[in-house]
Amino acid sequence: MNNNEFLTDWGLTIMVFLPLAGALAMLLVPKAQEQVHKWIALVATVASAGVGAAILADFDYDKTDTLQFVVNARWIDVIHARYFLGVDGLSLPLLALTLLIVPLCVIYSWNHLPDPRNAKAFLILILVLHTGMLGTFAAQDLILFFVFFEVVLLPMYFLIGVWGGEQRQYASIKFFLFTLFGSALMIVSFLALFFVAGGETFAIPDLAQRLADPGQFGLDAVPHTTQLLIFGGMFMGFGIKVPIFPFHTWLPDAHTQAPTVGSVILAAVLLKLGTYGFVRVALPILPEAAVSWAPWIGLLAVIGIIYGALACLAQTDMKRLIAFSSVAHMGFTMLGIATLTDFGLNAAVMGMVAHGLITGMLFFLAGSVKDRYHTLEIRRLGGLLVKAPRLGWILGFTAMASLGLPGLAGFWGEFPAILSTYQPGAGLSEVTFRVYMVVAAVGTVFAAGYLLWLYQRTAFGTPTEEFADEDIPDVTMPEWIAWVPMLVLILAVGIYPNLVFRVTDGQMSSVAQALAAIGG
Amino acid sequence: MLATLTALAQADGEFARPAVDWHALAPDLVVVGTLCVVLVADLFLPDDRKGLLPSLAGLGLLGALVPVLTLAIDGADRTMFGGGYAVDNFALVLKALFLVAGYVVVLLSTNYIAEGDYAEGEYYFLLLSSILGMTVIASARDLVSIFVALELLSIPAYLLAGWRKTDPKGNEAGAKYYLMGVFATAVLLYGMSLLYGVAGSTLLADIGAALAEGESVPIITLAVVFCVAGFAFKVSAVPFHTWAPDTYEGAPTPITAFLSVSSKAAGFVALVELVLIAFPGRSDVVEPLLWALAALSMTVGNVVALRQTNVVRMLAYSGISQAGFMLAPLAVVGDIGDSALRTIVTYLLIYAAMNLGAFTVVMAVARRTGSAEVSSFAGLFEYAPTLAVLMTIFLFALAGIPPLAGWLAKFVAFQAVIDAGTTSAYVLAVVMAVNSVISLAYYANVAREMWMNPAPDGDRTPIRVPVSLSAALAITGVLTLAFGVTRWATSLGDLAEFVATVHR
Repeated sequence: MNNNEFLTDWGLTIMVFLPLAGALAMLLVPKAQEQVHKWIALVATVASAGVGAAILADFDYDKTDTLQFVVNARWIDVIHARYFLGVDGLSLPLLALTLLIVPLCVIYSWNHLPDPRNAKAFLILILVLHTGMLGTFAAQDLILFFVFFEVVLLPMYFLIGVWGGEQRQYASIKFFLFTLFGSALMIVSFLALFFVAGGETFAIPDLAQRLADPGQFGLDAVPHTTQLLIFGGMFMGFGIKVPIFPFHTWLPDAHTQAPTVGSVILAAVLLKLGTYGFVRVALPILPEAAVSWAPWIGLLAVIGIIYGALACLAQTDMKRLIAFSSVAHMGFTMLGIATLTDFGLNAAVMGMVAHGLITGMLFFLAGSVKDRYHTLEIRRLGGLLVKAPRLGWILGFTAMASLGLPGLAGFWGEFPAILSTYQPGAGLSEVTFRVYMVVAAVGTVFAAGYLLWLYQRTAFGTPTEEFADEDIPDVTMPEWIAWVPMLVLILAVGIYPNLVFRVTDGQMSSVAQALAAIGG
Repeated sequence: MLATLTALAQADGEFARPAVDWHALAPDLVVVGTLCVVLVADLFLPDDRKGLLPSLAGLGLLGALVPVLTLAIDGADRTMFGGGYAVDNFALVLKALFLVAGYVVVLLSTNYIAEGDYAEGEYYFLLLSSILGMTVIASARDLVSIFVALELLSIPAYLLAGWRKTDPKGNEAGAKYYLMGVFATAVLLYGMSLLYGVAGSTLLADIGAALAEGESVPIITLAVVFCVAGFAFKVSAVPFHTWAPDTYEGAPTPITAFLSVSSKAAGFVALVELVLIAFPGRSDVVEPLLWALAALSMTVGNVVALRQTNVVRMLAYSGISQAGFMLAPLAVVGDIGDSALRTIVTYLLIYAAMNLGAFTVVMAVARRTGSAEVSSFAGLFEYAPTLAVLMTIFLFALAGIPPLAGWLAKFVAFQAVIDAGTTSAYVLAVVMAVNSVISLAYYANVAREMWMNPAPDGDRTPIRVPVSLSAALAITGVLTLAFGVTRWATSLGDLAEFVATVHR
């Protein structure tokens, strides 16, 4: 077996489970040895990222629409679940994002461990979370997908509940109950799908084939109502995770209360599990239902854009403001998905990556500001550029990226999403979507409004009286190490968006073609 | 058995000795031998050597696993006594479950009984008798043997439930369990007598044939309802659950674990035998009845569990709710047939591992705090992180969060129900989905106390966990983790099939 074969057969498995192995190793080390724990966590995440980089290098970029590095082995035979992993142009950017963010979070935690400290438990939870997220993006079997999708719940619940802010207990259980409610309906949908497709497989590609051409497999065509209902269950599962308005209420609480690293992972990766689910599972398997649901998803998406933006304008807390901006940004992503076009779906995946980098970065900044000022109340901050100029400039740069300034990553998430609504996919009403387009465009103006307003009140001017004499340290070394890769990528993707589009386009075109065939 | 005896008596009027397959009876016989040894040893052991008794009982139970294994390797289905006693794969899987769960209960009892000034010999004797009743009920395919086995497992359990005789709550536990149990037995017996009257045989297979062929007469409906109600008591399904919380709270904690796992599983075993072998022709009666029992148990159990402040009572109500999930496949049994059996066995295996585990942690914590109040778990993560993590694993397994075992149990239940594909099945599936979310609230509540609240009075002395409890934690913990990510539980459940012909 040469290196390449080994990578093809084992690469994904090793990448997904390395963090878990790290967590197991940490169980054996006593709690007092904080440094050892930090190093194990760092080594495990970086090693996992290293395997990921090898996969990235070995990936065949001419065949982004086919699954590569496929592992398809027996798992739980009785329920027809298989251990089926693979990456294609959709998984790859999100895996890369996850593999980048988590090691950076570990580095950031080096000197930012939230109370009540306990590095061992904190880092073990992050590693378990990491395995869950990587697994979700790599799984190609619905049951495996479901298991990984849920694995992230417990660690995040404890990260918020133990290391969070004042209202942490309320926020953590709210997060847990909301997402679990969605997943309970989602699993009912998965099972219904399994049975209408003949009751033999949970593999996503197989299910899509079976539903596309039931006759070939000796199955009855699935009634439209059934498809709509199954899609509805998935919509609840993925939609709550995104979150789509009106299921977003868990998000501001969870984000605000979570420790910095928790917020970063939540914003950068966890929310993407929802949008990824739509593009990976819901659209390819149930294209007919997707066409019927799309206008409603689009409607909720634009409501989310406007509602999120208005809510941002009313916030007094910096972290809560960023949290609500997530609602708005994920609205753009969902709008892109709702168009069911090649263009819109590509924009959506780009939106996921860009939002992951930018909002993740914003939460890092909020955490650092909180560490220095012990408050995030916008009214009490001010003059950050005077007190800590580098921190202030980084905040400015990231805020500009978030509002969609051309040349930075955020632009390529929002602008194509809006543009794609001009010409929605086959079977969708142009008028409706053009109305959405106008509303979403207004949303970008609001976004500029709240972000510039935030920046003006926190960074410009002179420091408020209470902090005038206080010594506010500028960016520290672990912060530089954690942030520079993200800042560079925000810029790189902004200047050369083909970094992402080139990877996603193949797979997204094939999804969109299938959808167009149904709608037309 | 009765049918066999009468048949044998009629043949030539001469009594012929029925063929006995000693290998097939070996697991039960080993348990019988063990309980005799324990009883006799108790007479001769001096007080300071009584610690040997639980070891003897435990060894006996593990010893009984050996013939279970040899029978499994042999693989042949064996029936005896005219089809009234079968050692098929179903019986073997369940016997193994009862023996292992019984062993864990012995581990839980070791320190509790030794330190608590209770009669030790009698305790293990009664416990083993009850386990014997369970291993027999797994093989019983005849109304009489089911009934005898049921009494054999229940009567010692009544005594054990009231074992803390100086405590008024202990007395309440025993009395309530006994009175309600006897009442349910009477109802069951009446139902059985009606069945015998209709079918003219006590063999389940004969009853099944008679009910399937015969016309629908009200008396059959009555018989079916009475039988199901009798076992609904045993599995503590709503509205026959009222004994459970008080009994669980007052009984010694190892016995509570025993009742909530083994005794409940035994009830399910008998219920499954009746529904699948004797009543398949009458799913029109069984289905709506069990649909209602399942939906009620899940919902009422959950809603009441939300309000509990005592962990043992909370686990009692959560057990009621879990029983609802286990009943769900039976509520669509007409459409899915034998896959209901596989589903329930898988569920029972997983449920036994996680629920016994949760009780073990409760006992370990109670050794220090002397209480099972939810508030007494506060700050556990600070001073006993291992116990806290294990309890978290068991609780979230019960809640059905992947990758912990409980999700697979709930999943197979969902799969069985949705497989039926009828509207009522889908409604039941949605009821199950909503309930699995509600249940999270009370399981997470305990987790919240352990992880997020400070220890009361700032007392952080660590907990010393005795060896026997550590062993129980290791067994249940490993199984709870392994069942969730491997095919073990489902494969064992899949093995569990009745012998093809239970007919004579």
